Amino acid sequence: MRRVVITGVGVVSAIGNDADAFWASLSAGRTGIGPITKLDASTLRFQNAAEVREFDPNGHFDEKRLLWLDPFAQYGIVAAREAITDSGIEFTDDLRDKGGVITGSCLGGKMTEDGLYYKLYAEGKQHHQPIAIPRGMSNAVASHVSMDYGLTGATFTTSTACSSANHAIGQAFWLIRQGTLDIAVTGGSEAPICFGNLKAWETMRVVSPDTCRPFSKDRSGMILGEGGAMFVMETLDHARARGAMIYAEIAGFGMSADAHHLTMPLVDGAAKAMRLALKDGDIAAEQVGYVNAHGTATQANDTMESAAIRSVFGEDTDKVAVSSTKSMHGHTLGAAGAIESAATVLALHHQILPPTANFTELDPECNIDVVVNEARPASVEAAISNSFAFGGLNAVLAFKSWQD
Amino acid sequence: MSEVTVSERVIRVFAAFKKVSTEDIKMDTTFESLGLDSLDGLNLIFELEEEFGIMVPDDKVQSMKSVAEVVEGVEWLLANPDSQPKIPSAPIADKS
Repeated sequence: MRRVVITGVGVVSAIGNDADAFWASLSAGRTGIGPITKLDASTLRFQNAAEVREFDPNGHFDEKRLLWLDPFAQYGIVAAREAITDSGIEFTDDLRDKGGVITGSCLGGKMTEDGLYYKLYAEGKQHHQPIAIPRGMSNAVASHVSMDYGLTGATFTTSTACSSANHAIGQAFWLIRQGTLDIAVTGGSEAPICFGNLKAWETMRVVSPDTCRPFSKDRSGMILGEGGAMFVMETLDHARARGAMIYAEIAGFGMSADAHHLTMPLVDGAAKAMRLALKDGDIAAEQVGYVNAHGTATQANDTMESAAIRSVFGEDTDKVAVSSTKSMHGHTLGAAGAIESAATVLALHHQILPPTANFTELDPECNIDVVVNEARPASVEAAISNSFAFGGLNAVLAFKSWQD
Repeated sequence: MSEVTVSERVIRVFAAFKKVSTEDIKMDTTFESLGLDSLDGLNLIFELEEEFGIMVPDDKVQSMKSVAEVVEGVEWLLANPDSQPKIPSAPIADKS
């Protein structure tokens, strides 16, 4: 069976607009959560988010191109460019033929739609630029990146709420492993900071009025974040042949459905996806030293996820370090799996586990080893990254450390 | 506004939501006894917000698990309008 490795990483996030800055913040436990600046949030029940800052679209795209790019697409394309440059890959005709782009997004171009509907319904304007449909489509990032680099293999977008990017990355991994693709650009991006969407989240009563404190006794909900992360993924043989730097091996992918409830997560479904990811990667539970948790800081998720981790790792649970980096980059919804995979891959690469920031006191219902507030050096052979979506759709990726 | 009126209106909202007679809704009726899960509960609170023109803060929602607790919460919010989150007068377009 073909082995698959990560050779390029790109990130745009609230804690850094490239992979180096992102890792510097993660390893320092620096949070990007702060007051919302992109709109007036004073009338909402929450005023904080993890916004991308100092991102100048004009520095990345010319004016004509920018007209066609929702912020979610800007983040995805910029992250993809960084990952591709970072990987040092040179696309040949053969590679383009079996090269694909597989992305995840929950909301797609929600900001574009929000702007259109405001002009239509609130301002009564009847004339609109003919950009809303191609700007708004969820597959925009996959399409733009495939066009930019001439990649003509399997290319598509998955949308499974907060598991979108993990489903996308898992599919890219399997398509390379089974020989359909030789190389993939894969990840996810999201731009949820528009008024209509924030209002919709407000009604769910799961967003914290304060900050994101995963696994803490006094946690008060999630904090929405924006950004994107992308990877270059290829076969181990191909990476070795061209002398590429390998960040980590992607070894396993597991998915499941709770078949239970739209918003109440289930231990069994989450545990099943984790078990399947380990089985798929032929990884024993005792090989796993780190779990990058879904860890939204909602009451329901964190107790459920802690129980699921204990169910999967049994008596080895106390040897598994767990953190939720959402405490720093926020919950980026359809991009969460990608940004958290970047955190996981970089953690394996540096052998340093990023912490759960904003942590106060462990909830006794979350009986796991949480890495709190400060990064922890560790010797970790394998790690998993969890995503559990509204709708009960779970996707877990398993990575193995690669030390040349 | 008398307590009876608020109670009656709350009971009407519950009955309409569950599509049952108002006689089936008592003060000690709980969300749980009506088979309402957390998501149903959020929708019912939304109906109550519409009925009374109020905004129920998140921490108040946690203490509303029965008809009596809802009546108590609604009366408190009506008497303390300043504690309600403000309803925006118009949506705000994003800057991008």
